[in-house]
Amino acid sequence: MKHIVTVSKANLKDTLKTGGCGECQTSCQSACKTSCTVGNQVCSK
Amino acid sequence: MNLANYDFDANLHRFEQGGERIVLDVNSGSLHSFDPVAWEALKLLEELRGNWGAVQEQLTQYDQAEVAEVLQELQALAEEGTLFSGDPGPYEPAFPAEPIIKAICLHVAHDCNLRCEYCFAGTGDFGGDRSLMDLEVGKQAIRFVLSKSGHRKHCEVDFFGGEPLVNYRVVKELVDFGRKAAEEAGKTIKFTLTTNAVLLDKQVREFLEANDISVVLSLDGRQEVNDQMRPYADGSGSYGLVAENIKAFVAEQTNPSPFAVGTYYYVRGTYTHHNLDFDQDVLHLAELGCRQISVEPVVAGPEAHHAFREEDLPVLASSYERLAEEYLARRGSPAEFNFFHFNLELGKGPCLPKRLSGCGAGYEYLAVSPDGTLYPCHQFVGKDEFKVGDVFSGTVNLELAKKFRASHVYNKPECRRCWARFFCGGGCHAAAHNFNGDLRKPYKLGCQLQQKRLECAMYIKVKEAAG
Repeated sequence: MKHIVTVSKANLKDTLKTGGCGECQTSCQSACKTSCTVGNQVCSK
Repeated sequence: MNLANYDFDANLHRFEQGGERIVLDVNSGSLHSFDPVAWEALKLLEELRGNWGAVQEQLTQYDQAEVAEVLQELQALAEEGTLFSGDPGPYEPAFPAEPIIKAICLHVAHDCNLRCEYCFAGTGDFGGDRSLMDLEVGKQAIRFVLSKSGHRKHCEVDFFGGEPLVNYRVVKELVDFGRKAAEEAGKTIKFTLTTNAVLLDKQVREFLEANDISVVLSLDGRQEVNDQMRPYADGSGSYGLVAENIKAFVAEQTNPSPFAVGTYYYVRGTYTHHNLDFDQDVLHLAELGCRQISVEPVVAGPEAHHAFREEDLPVLASSYERLAEEYLARRGSPAEFNFFHFNLELGKGPCLPKRLSGCGAGYEYLAVSPDGTLYPCHQFVGKDEFKVGDVFSGTVNLELAKKFRASHVYNKPECRRCWARFFCGGGCHAAAHNFNGDLRKPYKLGCQLQQKRLECAMYIKVKEAAG
């Protein structure tokens, strides 16, 4: 494409079929602890 | 594609930073960088409620052939599902009837050798007596998580406090006990330890290294910043010893994971109203040799001298932007560092069920006080109305578990149309409760800062992709 660069292509909806195994590390949304906010995690699969 | 009824506000996020025009397609999680023509076309398309023909007619300041190209590109992205995608919800995450507890936060010490001003734990005692966890309570807590984790192979135990190293003997014995108990159960336990590093001597460092224990080390940055908020009980500053101990620790760390997977460390600071230029504290930590850094906003009631004021927000936003530029400038150089909230793996991030369920407090993750009482998370410890059980009876209050797991982004009115809804997990339950008295009403300032951090992380992605 000439005018738009896709930096990251994803489809979260697809992960409804493949995700939910629960094996990833627990996240913490607070600012007090290990700060593993969910958006800053990676899938452990 | 017909966009007449498309909710642009909820489903697309457009922002400019550092001369880049960035678009997040919220529902797919795709990120795009637009040139000026495409940027104007998208803005106009939104204003005109998806009237493609009118966009072509009204963008007269650009070459018409270019505008036609842009509209074709927008349509192509829509067709591949990476732009103008729809919300997958409302979607109710599926949960087992009986909660599966896979992670516990062990409060091995309700005591601390520091008296940090912003401590949510009442400087270590959580509003009660200063106490240490007995070995038997800790062992029972480990048995509890292994027996309650169902089919999950990976369990987590975080040594927390207060300051866990004031009960180092019990920590050591629990690691040994936990390894054996997990093996017998056909599982593995990942241990982490959150410490202020006052007692982090060579012996402790060797123990942590030998046992693959991930570590979160607390230091706020520059000496005057740290010592104002993190004094010893006698009021003197803790920077000197803590900085030396952390320098010795990080010097021994090779190739740590930036994403808090595997064995990792993070040097973690808190910024407050007193150091709105916290980017300087991040850089100070980098100069000490710390490569994995997380510096985060204080959570404090409005009466606290260190609490943020409304007018602090734009100052903090500028600090994040400066930090993003410095982060980029140092990439690939010996002075590079990772800043936790700038780490964003858009393509390999968590699945949607994880994004919706967030931290799992109250039903996947519980905190254990020194006497074995269970709470939804470390921030609720000491609040009687949030007791969910105890490790000896092994029962978990199902009503509270249901209440927490139902507090996900689709059940929070302020989250449902927020562009950051699949990145934040719906915010911190404890902050929502403490500020608003309602698990479903998120803490607004936390949301605003989270959004700014995400924008900076996405900006970094765009710059890195452009080389």
